Amino acid sequence: MANKILVAPAPHVQTLQSTSSIMRDVVIALLPALVVSTVVFGVDVLCVTALSVLSCVAFEYLIQKFLVRGAVTVGNWSAVVTGVLLAFNLPASIPWWIVVMGAFVAIAIAKMTFGGLGKNPFNPALVGRVFLLIAYPVQMTSFSKVEGFAYKVFGDVNPDAVSGATPLAAYKQYGVLPENLMQDLTLGNMPGSLGEVAALALLCGFVYLLWRKVITWHVPVTILATMAIFALIVGAASGMETSLLWQFPLFHIFAGGAMLGAIFMATDYSTSPMTVKGGVIFGVGIGLITMCIRLWGAYPEGMSFAILIMNSCVPLINKYVKPKRFGVK
Amino acid sequence: MKTFPIGGVHPSENKLSSAKPIEVLPLPEAVCIPLSQHIGAPAVAKVAKGDKVLTGQLIAEAGSFMSANIHSPISGTVTAVELVANGQGLRQPMITIKREGDEWVEGIDRSKTLVKECALSSQEIIAKIKEAGIVGMGGATFPTHVKLSVPPGKKAEALIINGVECEPYLTSDHRTMLERGEELVVGVTILMKAIGVDSAYIGIENNKPDAIEHLRRVIAEGGYKGVEVTPLRVKYPQGGEKQLIAAVTGRQVPPPPALPIDVGAVVCNASTTVAVYEAVQKNKPLIERVVTVTGKGVKEPKNLLTRMGTPITTLLDAAGGLPEDAGKVINGGPMMGRAMINFASPVTKGCSGITVMSGRDAERREASQCIKCAKCVSACPMGLEPYYLSKMTQKKNFDELEAQMITSCIECGCCQSTCPAYLPLLDWIRLGKQSVMGIIRARAAAAAPKK
Amino acid sequence: MEVLLNTILTLCVLGVLSAVILYFVAQKFRVEEDPRIDEVEKMLPGANCGGCGFAGCRGMADALVKNDDISSLFCPVGGGDCMKAIAGYLGKAAAEKGPQVATVRCGGTCEKRPRTNEYNGVKSCAVASSLYAGETGCSFGCLGFGDCVKVCSFGAIAIDPATGLPVVDPDKCTACGACVKACPKLIIELRKKWPKNRAVYVSCVSKEKGAAVMKACKAGCIGCGKCAKVCAFEAITVENNLAFIDSQKCKLCRKCVNECPTGAIKLVGMDPLPKEPKAPAAPKPAAAPAAEKPAEK
Repeated sequence: MANKILVAPAPHVQTLQSTSSIMRDVVIALLPALVVSTVVFGVDVLCVTALSVLSCVAFEYLIQKFLVRGAVTVGNWSAVVTGVLLAFNLPASIPWWIVVMGAFVAIAIAKMTFGGLGKNPFNPALVGRVFLLIAYPVQMTSFSKVEGFAYKVFGDVNPDAVSGATPLAAYKQYGVLPENLMQDLTLGNMPGSLGEVAALALLCGFVYLLWRKVITWHVPVTILATMAIFALIVGAASGMETSLLWQFPLFHIFAGGAMLGAIFMATDYSTSPMTVKGGVIFGVGIGLITMCIRLWGAYPEGMSFAILIMNSCVPLINKYVKPKRFGVK
Repeated sequence: MKTFPIGGVHPSENKLSSAKPIEVLPLPEAVCIPLSQHIGAPAVAKVAKGDKVLTGQLIAEAGSFMSANIHSPISGTVTAVELVANGQGLRQPMITIKREGDEWVEGIDRSKTLVKECALSSQEIIAKIKEAGIVGMGGATFPTHVKLSVPPGKKAEALIINGVECEPYLTSDHRTMLERGEELVVGVTILMKAIGVDSAYIGIENNKPDAIEHLRRVIAEGGYKGVEVTPLRVKYPQGGEKQLIAAVTGRQVPPPPALPIDVGAVVCNASTTVAVYEAVQKNKPLIERVVTVTGKGVKEPKNLLTRMGTPITTLLDAAGGLPEDAGKVINGGPMMGRAMINFASPVTKGCSGITVMSGRDAERREASQCIKCAKCVSACPMGLEPYYLSKMTQKKNFDELEAQMITSCIECGCCQSTCPAYLPLLDWIRLGKQSVMGIIRARAAAAAPKK
Repeated sequence: MEVLLNTILTLCVLGVLSAVILYFVAQKFRVEEDPRIDEVEKMLPGANCGGCGFAGCRGMADALVKNDDISSLFCPVGGGDCMKAIAGYLGKAAAEKGPQVATVRCGGTCEKRPRTNEYNGVKSCAVASSLYAGETGCSFGCLGFGDCVKVCSFGAIAIDPATGLPVVDPDKCTACGACVKACPKLIIELRKKWPKNRAVYVSCVSKEKGAAVMKACKAGCIGCGKCAKVCAFEAITVENNLAFIDSQKCKLCRKCVNECPTGAIKLVGMDPLPKEPKAPAAPKPAAAPAAEKPAEK
């Protein structure tokens, strides 16, 4: 016999979907948003993203090679995903050293200290972002004027857009919704961090991830639905006009990091529950906390805090929320 | 369209031989008959070295109620009754017979004429099935007479015929349903009589529309009452007993030790049903079966009607020989079949196919760490958490394994085949399940004398 | 200042209050235990290996104190001296047992027992053995995936990459028996430990007939029975085509070693007996032990 016969226990078929193909799909799903962001903010976007990705991959490589001294697994694209997500949480005008610092916190502290991919309890990119938000609040919230292609071409479509405050911050401060709400929010005609200006592009990514069976719809849809329903109730309770009342929930799910968080950050495998039921609890929790912070908290945006807080509940959810067992009533 | 409620996966079907009619394999020169071809106690050999046997003669008798008779598949001389290596290289007691002609024992009706009427009582039918040594031919090899003997206090409500054949590659049941539809349906009516029910459902996945249509026509033309074909949406492991019952009736069998009969269901495989027909109407014991020889590298994938005990090499040769790049030879399908090292080992009652995996397909991909993607959890048809069971097995936390219902695992392989980190989940879970079952048995044994 | 004072005061009161509560709780829920258990636990080696059959040394100590008859209890790590000391302290009779050492009874090295297939599943003997016979033609021999290595708490057993077989370090081995239980092929045996780690044992557990053994492995016992014939102490029995040397009866006379045609009888820590000047056919048996020697070290 030319080759040795292999023996292994059943099953003898394996899926073609691998860890790296999943991570690659996530990066692909983020590309439309990157394009829109580049159009809105200019080439800075690409520089920030590239720097963030490079630093994340480099930190992971260095730590695995020289500190852990185990297998180097940067080839699985997971550090790339963290890098892109971190960049999407930063403003385009951020100084370069803050990006590197964020990447260090994300990879070295939030990911590798816990044992790397699959073992981190908190979403690394979000830990990086929240660290930066607390350590460098000024740089993290000074959003450059819209200098990108869209602004240059369309000029003063929305004069508010150049004011430098994100729609959520503007709402927090003045209590008003943007005028051309849906147009601005879906097309990204507003200031903000890289990933939060392109809700439609993020939704395209969502559809791609669903099609590639990378994630299921439960967590994102529960988060957004909870936010919308909560906004509707609060709006109705505070006696909002009917014309504004329908805009209020939409504003909340399209503005800020809601889409990015719900689709790409809350669905991060190792920091979300293992069961569908658990995912729904997780999603409702994130939606509620986000809305509470947005409406009554000190920050205009609460998505990252909400996800991190719910991340901490995941082990508990996994322990107590079990899948529906076959044959058990 | 109906299907089972939890989990499941969609492996590539690769039914290479579904259009190939059943071929009769020439009789082998010698056969090797393991005494344990079924779940339960091994059969007890009734012949010794040098004895002359005829085709269809009883050569080993059921060792207990939970056991099955074994008949000689050829006529000739017994050359040995000894330990012989099986497909996995493990030694098992086997009877070796050298063929001389093909002389059958008297009383077996070998004609092709269809005998529809059956005047026997329930007990007589079950006795005949027991005598013929029939066991589940889908791979589980559970003695059929045990399944049909409904325990007192329980009542069968429906008979379900398993024509799902959800394993990739395998087509032996498919071809049997197509080519022996009439006999199958008569077999169904006999089984209905045996367990005393008025309704039977033949569950077939809708990737076999020809079989669904053919059996519907046979039932309509023959005027069989209470027999119905239930098309099912394609999803692995629909052919699992519990999954099939849930798909057809909507009832879920409770966790072990509950049995299908607890929800009023008796499930019987399609090929087994044809064997039941032959045993009851034709007095023919279970001495041959259809085996699919298949695989991407196999020159001519085939469905072969084979006598039990035929060496697997003979089957491989009939299908164009073992391919050059063969990396793995599996007894059964690729989801649940057992990899073999000894190809001289015989075809047994539960061998529905020989699948040859070639080149890259045969090799396991390199495992990395768990990324907690939860794909195994959503794939598990029993609603278990494979990632967790695998981890707890490695930690030897058997109490936790039992609490998390590891004994419910049906070892279908959905978790492992869907894992993007290519972790050997089921390898571990199987070990954990065996250990927990051992602990449960030991506990029961310790508790028994106290009563 | 007032704030500081208040804080300190509050904390102090809280501390005292908690201490009082803790004290009463500890009193109320105190478990009365025989103080001798603590003493016996101290006398045990504290390896917590489970070799005695209890979860740890504490469990063993508990059993030693509570049971009147402790002759069935034995700490393999501490050995006879430790048991004697404990028995003396408790005023009970201890079990007498000589020192033992784990012995791997398979000589199927990579070269003597060629691999016929490649195992692709989880590298665990338990998983592999529940699936099939193993990577070689021998269905009795060592699988080489090291379940015994994983369970050893003392680092006394390791797989030799050259032979693919586990090697026991007799100085580290405490004969706790964990490896014996872990081996699904029942290859490892606890045998009497001789001074200077000397040993004579049959390094094969195959019950196959001679021809089948020869086909799969060049170092297997073929059950020829020559060893049993020369043994003056009735220490060797041949059953199911397999010779077994009872380590309690064996006197290390080494006659059997020279008789074995396949070199399945291993000799450790001693030189083989000089060859009897019998016939010119002598080189053949001499070749076997010579070839064995490097593998032993």
